[in-house]
Amino acid sequence: MKTAWQEKAVKLTLFAAASTSILIVLGIFTFLGKEAGHFAVTPGIEKLLSGRWVPVSFQEESFGLLPLITGSLLVTVLAMVLTIPFGVGASVYISELARPLEREILKPFIEILAGIPSVVIGFFGLVVLAPLVKGAFGLPTGFTALTGAALLALMAIPTVISISEDAIRSVPESYKAASLALGASRMQTMWRVTVPAALPGIVAAVMLGTGRVIGETMAVMMVTGNAAVITGSPFKSVRTMTATIAAEMGEVPFGSEHYRALFCVGIVLLLATFGLNIIAQKVLKKYRMG
Amino acid sequence: MNRSIQDNSRKNVIIVFVLALALAIAALTGCSRRSNIADGQNSITIKGSDTMVHLVSNWAEAFMNKNPDVEVSVTGGGSGTGIAALLNGTTDICAASRKIKNKELDLALQKNVNPREIAVARDGIAVVVHPDNPVDELTLDQLGRIFIDPAARWSDFGGPDEKIVVLSRESSSGTYVFFQEMVLKKKDYLQDAKLLPATSAVIQSASTDKTAIGYVGLGYALAAKDKVKIVAIKADAESPAVLPSDDTVKSGQYPIARDLYFYVGLEPKGAIKQFVDFCLSAEGQAVVTDAGYVVVQK
Repeated sequence: MKTAWQEKAVKLTLFAAASTSILIVLGIFTFLGKEAGHFAVTPGIEKLLSGRWVPVSFQEESFGLLPLITGSLLVTVLAMVLTIPFGVGASVYISELARPLEREILKPFIEILAGIPSVVIGFFGLVVLAPLVKGAFGLPTGFTALTGAALLALMAIPTVISISEDAIRSVPESYKAASLALGASRMQTMWRVTVPAALPGIVAAVMLGTGRVIGETMAVMMVTGNAAVITGSPFKSVRTMTATIAAEMGEVPFGSEHYRALFCVGIVLLLATFGLNIIAQKVLKKYRMG
Repeated sequence: MNRSIQDNSRKNVIIVFVLALALAIAALTGCSRRSNIADGQNSITIKGSDTMVHLVSNWAEAFMNKNPDVEVSVTGGGSGTGIAALLNGTTDICAASRKIKNKELDLALQKNVNPREIAVARDGIAVVVHPDNPVDELTLDQLGRIFIDPAARWSDFGGPDEKIVVLSRESSSGTYVFFQEMVLKKKDYLQDAKLLPATSAVIQSASTDKTAIGYVGLGYALAAKDKVKIVAIKADAESPAVLPSDDTVKSGQYPIARDLYFYVGLEPKGAIKQFVDFCLSAEGQAVVTDAGYVVVQK
């Protein structure tokens, strides 16, 4: 009798723990929506479309999201340009070409890379990578979008490698056998059959990596210089949405316009990551079905 | 025998769950705790300015050595965070590197808190450049122009014909606002200014980027004076150029200096009064000097 009761209690606790995440997600959406909604009423949503983000000013505060959105976009695109060749290349090597011993060595290191706290990566970026970028391109300072993108690539590469490696490995052996039997070489089989067959999985891996890149905060904040300017140049400073929230939320007067504007930034960010995750899930599902 | 071991392990599992649950509840309710400002209180929380964290922790340490029965906990987060916490009753003392703003004062009165201001130390803001930069001195006006005018070049101030890399702290920093008010004369920083999240990042950049200029607290600048060059500041074109130091900040000769404050919600009493009195005592002010700040003028 007693054991049955205990089992029930444990089950209930576990159920509570499992459903918390649903509650929290819903809570976050309503909370963000509520605060951002206030901003939409006063001073109005058109304020967010301005090209200047000057939240602390003795003159006139302005809360234009454009520099932040373009900043996040630039860093993310650059990071993916660096991540995709490295990540996909490495996963192809590990799953198709590496000898078992090589795989045994490579995989743990990739996992360690995934586990390094972002603050530590940011510190590495500040002290090592920023001077390196500065020297390599002859810039006056190493605080650039490119430095941030390189750090983010470091963090996204492990995600991309592990997921695309799974995808490549789960391509049925019969596909490869058929290709080889038709006289294709190993390389031809790899690039023309295996990788295309795994492509949806690789795309999903890249999407998830992108999600991590957009949402990452500390590392970018330490090296991108955080100047809120609209630019397409990898050698300029940019201010990302995440860095803005992290840097300003702690100090902002509760309930002020600035406070509400930060929630609007949060919503844009949430929608971006949410959208990417949904697309990635869809692609992954399709691939599993196929 | 075996059976009882199984029972035990099951019991353990349950105990762990209950503890975890209790911990979660404690954490949740802890956030909304209103601090208890009673006479018999033996713990003090201090929250606020990141500039002051180092100083306040040194005070707390020295104070707890003398008064082992009182526990002082110190957290940063920024002056604004500290003031917000004071208004919400989640901290006993707010450490602030700027005066309370009118907006915040209004909010305080709405919440029936009447913040009292106590100046506890002085801080000078040093202007730092790369050691190879030939510029040794700037007037306040020139300095302001560097931080406002995107067209300013080092050649305008006796340096090489290079663009200036302007380094600032994040807008959440009390130093940012103070510098803006005092040096930029309340104008906006130029858009291209790099907003760095930490003083160490400003020092790091000024020590490696030849065309960079930034500002940091005096204590940090003196600690890093073999890595960066500290610029002497003239209040105006006629006044002498003054390097920041304990003496020049204390005497008011160095123009970019400020008071650092404690804000308390009520008339301090009990352990809080003891702590504030300790900070202002000769012993407490010795801690100020050790931490690289300047004692308050009496």
